[in-house]
Amino acid sequence: MYLNQKTPLLTERKLVEFLANRRSIGTMLALSCSVFAVGLSGCGNGGSDANTAANTATNAAANTATTSTDTSSGDKLDASVYDKADVKEVPVGILHSLTGTMAISETSVKDAEMMAITEINAKGGVMGKQIKPITEDGASDWDTFKTKAEKLITQDKAAAVFGCWTSVSRKTVLPVFEKYQGLLWYPVQYEGMETSPNIFYTGATTNQQITPAVEWLMKSMNKKKFFLIGSDYVFPRTANAEIKAQLKGAGLDPVGEEYTPLGHRDYATIVDKIKAAKPDIIFNSLNGDSNVEFFKQMKAVGMTAKDFPTMSVSIAEPEIAAIGPDVLAGHYAVWNYFQTTSTPQNKKFVADFIKANPKTPYTDDPMEAAYFGVYLWKAAVEKAKSFDVAKVRAASNGVSYMAPGGMVKIDGPTQHVYKTVRIGVVEPSGQFKEVWNSGQPVKPDPYLDGYAWAKGLKDKLKT
Amino acid sequence: MNSAALLSNLFNSLSLASILLLIALGLAITFGLMRVINMAHGEFIMAGAYSAYVMQNLFGARGANWAFLAAIPFAFVVTAAMGWVLEATVIRRLYGRPLDTLLATWGISLMLQQGARSIFGPQGKSIQAPAWLDGTITLGALVMPYNRLFIMALSIACLVGMWAFLYRSNAGRRIQATMQNREMASCLGISTRRVDALAFSVGSGLAGVAGCALTLLSSIDSNVGTKYIVDSFMVVVLGGVGQLAGAFAGAIGMGFLNTGWEYETTASLGKVLTFACIIVFLQWRPAGIISSRSRALD
Amino acid sequence: MAAEQSSSVGQVAAPALLAPQPALRRIPWLRWAATLLLIAALLIAPMVLSEFRLGLLARFLTYAIVALGLDLIWGYTGILSLGHGVFFGLGAYCTAMYLKLEATAGKMPDFMAWSGVDDMPFWWKPFRYAWFAIPASILIPMLLGAILGYAAFRNRIKGVFFSILSQALALVMVTLFIGQQGYTGGTNGMTNFKTFLGQDLNSDHVGHLLYWVTAVILIGVYFGCRGLVNSKVGKILVAIRDGENRARFIGYDPVAYQTFVYALSAGLAGLAGMLFVMQEGLITPTKMDILMSIKMVLWVAIGGRATLFGAMLGAIVVNSGENLLSEKYPETWSYMLGASFLAVVLFLPQGIVGWVMGIPRSPLWKKFAKSSEATP
Repeated sequence: MYLNQKTPLLTERKLVEFLANRRSIGTMLALSCSVFAVGLSGCGNGGSDANTAANTATNAAANTATTSTDTSSGDKLDASVYDKADVKEVPVGILHSLTGTMAISETSVKDAEMMAITEINAKGGVMGKQIKPITEDGASDWDTFKTKAEKLITQDKAAAVFGCWTSVSRKTVLPVFEKYQGLLWYPVQYEGMETSPNIFYTGATTNQQITPAVEWLMKSMNKKKFFLIGSDYVFPRTANAEIKAQLKGAGLDPVGEEYTPLGHRDYATIVDKIKAAKPDIIFNSLNGDSNVEFFKQMKAVGMTAKDFPTMSVSIAEPEIAAIGPDVLAGHYAVWNYFQTTSTPQNKKFVADFIKANPKTPYTDDPMEAAYFGVYLWKAAVEKAKSFDVAKVRAASNGVSYMAPGGMVKIDGPTQHVYKTVRIGVVEPSGQFKEVWNSGQPVKPDPYLDGYAWAKGLKDKLKT
Repeated sequence: MNSAALLSNLFNSLSLASILLLIALGLAITFGLMRVINMAHGEFIMAGAYSAYVMQNLFGARGANWAFLAAIPFAFVVTAAMGWVLEATVIRRLYGRPLDTLLATWGISLMLQQGARSIFGPQGKSIQAPAWLDGTITLGALVMPYNRLFIMALSIACLVGMWAFLYRSNAGRRIQATMQNREMASCLGISTRRVDALAFSVGSGLAGVAGCALTLLSSIDSNVGTKYIVDSFMVVVLGGVGQLAGAFAGAIGMGFLNTGWEYETTASLGKVLTFACIIVFLQWRPAGIISSRSRALD
Repeated sequence: MAAEQSSSVGQVAAPALLAPQPALRRIPWLRWAATLLLIAALLIAPMVLSEFRLGLLARFLTYAIVALGLDLIWGYTGILSLGHGVFFGLGAYCTAMYLKLEATAGKMPDFMAWSGVDDMPFWWKPFRYAWFAIPASILIPMLLGAILGYAAFRNRIKGVFFSILSQALALVMVTLFIGQQGYTGGTNGMTNFKTFLGQDLNSDHVGHLLYWVTAVILIGVYFGCRGLVNSKVGKILVAIRDGENRARFIGYDPVAYQTFVYALSAGLAGLAGMLFVMQEGLITPTKMDILMSIKMVLWVAIGGRATLFGAMLGAIVVNSGENLLSEKYPETWSYMLGASFLAVVLFLPQGIVGWVMGIPRSPLWKKFAKSSEATP
């Protein structure tokens, strides 16, 4: 049946036979490759040597240099158009994973940002203009983050974007924000070693979370034998490199260091390894749900918080709810904010949030950072009297806000935020009890320039 | 490796194998016997886990000890019902088109995940393990947590139960007959449609039981299913389709390989090497560890 | 129909897929018209679309190249690969290594440093040169495809078993790439590229150029694949799909043909990956994982398997649709996506193109076209 077809058009047949007889695919691939090469070299200007030299020069300079020289894009954001009196509404972007593996963490951050926007709008908006949030789903996929960031800046002309959770997603959208001169407010603690003119970091950098925690463990708790465990990606790797340098500065070496793939489930083998190493303290930078299996396994083999205490940097209130307070009670975590932090601002924040989101009846550090990020942006815009990104940046230094977790203030040069460090212990109720805090907001130091032991680390880790 | 490490590795291997067996047992029926590729199997596991969560909320804090026991049959019933609906509405139309079934059920798994997010919220939920599962048995250097022992017992119980059902009960024999020769079975008066529905819902129900058991080790969120789906298919393929013994052999094989490699190397490399071993093994024995011999060509 | 499920290991029920070909031939002008329409659309696109949308379209066109390759192996040869993301990813990674080294001017990339790698591994070094990296982006996936395909087909691993194995392959590769962070960039993958052959990848000018290059290559690949499926080789492939053993008994060696097509389709995926990474400026293991691989199959299924035009169209339509849906309904778009897959499989088993092609067989059309038609 198949072979008795009516003959197709003659020309088609000829082409077909031509291609078929000449090992069509090889020819075709070769052809397309040459078209491709010719196409690119055709528009090349000058010798490639000159270009390479130019690139090297560009690379040597910081990312900023590339950005400032790149003026070819017509889609560059000009947020100053919103300054005009007749503009009544200013679009901002909300970019978080609402589906996929990261939805667990990011959805509530989005809710916190939306709450801040609603509050601001109810009180008259920013410079008298209402804020219009445009939500996009990053879908836990870094490419999608990039696409959506591009869409928010170039299509929606978002004056600012509040978003991202993972370091990967931030690093992925960074070139987009620099290319189009957008503005990203990033709300999550991260590994440091980064600054960008187009990003404000409202989460903690290393010296506002990890460094003081290690210090506290060594000095106040007299812990000597550290076991480092983390998920295998940039944050734990970098964080542990920094911890090792800090321990080395105190003449210590970790008794063990283990990484498991993201989403790893079976911790029986690793827990055996930890038990054999007999550490004083387990420093835990596992990500997301790996924590659940890890802590459940620890509990199952009878390793209690008393004999094997852990210090975690990624476990907050929602993680306690997911792992179970009975499993986590007695373990430590370090953050800048707990749901139990007792400030008048926080009482209102917690009550309002739970009222608005009965399905997620808790608040945590990234949610708080996301929430006050919106307010800091508002304050910076009003200080600059303009939505223009460059003007907002220029005005940002010293802008402060009384956040639920205490006073926060923007550090102009790094575009990070002064924050109070807090260490808490998990209570059987599922809440943290604060056992230590830094007393006053700590100045952000993303490259750890102020620490002797961190010498040389910057060149090695800076991306 | 000293003897203590050897013993504890042995235990960890068996423990992992029992988890794999539990998640693959349902698939051994729906995929192994019926040849239906149900990509939503992972979401049935998820549904089982959420059933345990629902039970816990129903019983409240006081009944935590009994909520978990009650959750196991409840999860079975819930997911079996879901399986029945899926079979009647979608899979029945696609028999004989296994690859289409794959695509359709994948669409369903997307919807079930989003559904779970809408109903229960995106955050992870935890199940408080009953107090009688807290604690360990210690034999020298070997520490055996109760919850892992419980999962082993549960998976053996499911295996034996399935064996009795498939090979000793009338309904099970009807399933066997239908899967082996559909026309003949039909001629003998077996309603093959009903048999399909029954087999598929039993297989789905087992996924629910597995999901329930997994709450002892891990938390519940809408992505639980995606973590287990490939592993469970690999267990069935490695063991050999068509027989329960195959799933058992596959689970044991994969459990030992994975634990051994992980101990020798790292967690991620261990997983890679395990799968590489399985792929190489299947080149040598394409039909899996336990295969029914046949002279048929196709 | 139901009897087929009781047959032995590895049975694929291929016959249900076959119909489009004869219907297609009855209206040869339809395919030409559609092809011309598509080319015209590709020509007009840069004039009407914004930079952002054009960039998206260009990326979807690279997906269309993958879909063409996948259709060769699935639609025409009956082998469903659920691991094609691996080949796409490998191609992309090869090019990404070159772009990365060009961005660092041959120095060790940043991610190696923080992963504790002290020296650049030797196998990274040749990727400093475009003349090595660009062909490698196509040849390495082809080689891997050839080896895996040969091993699997020689051992008669077929049907759903091959599908599941290829899925395992995707899992292995993703785990490997994430785990070997020091050499691959781990979950973060590779990003921060600057130039290609001295051209600034971030400029709109190069963006446009890449669009044209992709469009030309896509059309070239399309005609190449058409040539292949209409040639004798193509007919043997279909014969193997419909009755492997019969083809074997007639004297053809199915393994050779299957391996050839599998390697070819892997190479096409690699080519697409290469084009993709230049435009996206980022490659991560998510682009080679199971989810991505299944999505690739869905493009083909929705467009219409066993019709090359359908595969190409499917990739563009599904991705545009997904993108627009997720923009409009960020909270609920995955319901709609899932439902549309389900609907296509249940109600349009031949995909969009198959459905259009099926119109000639409907009674109304037959009446209309009776005069010009002879029954084959």
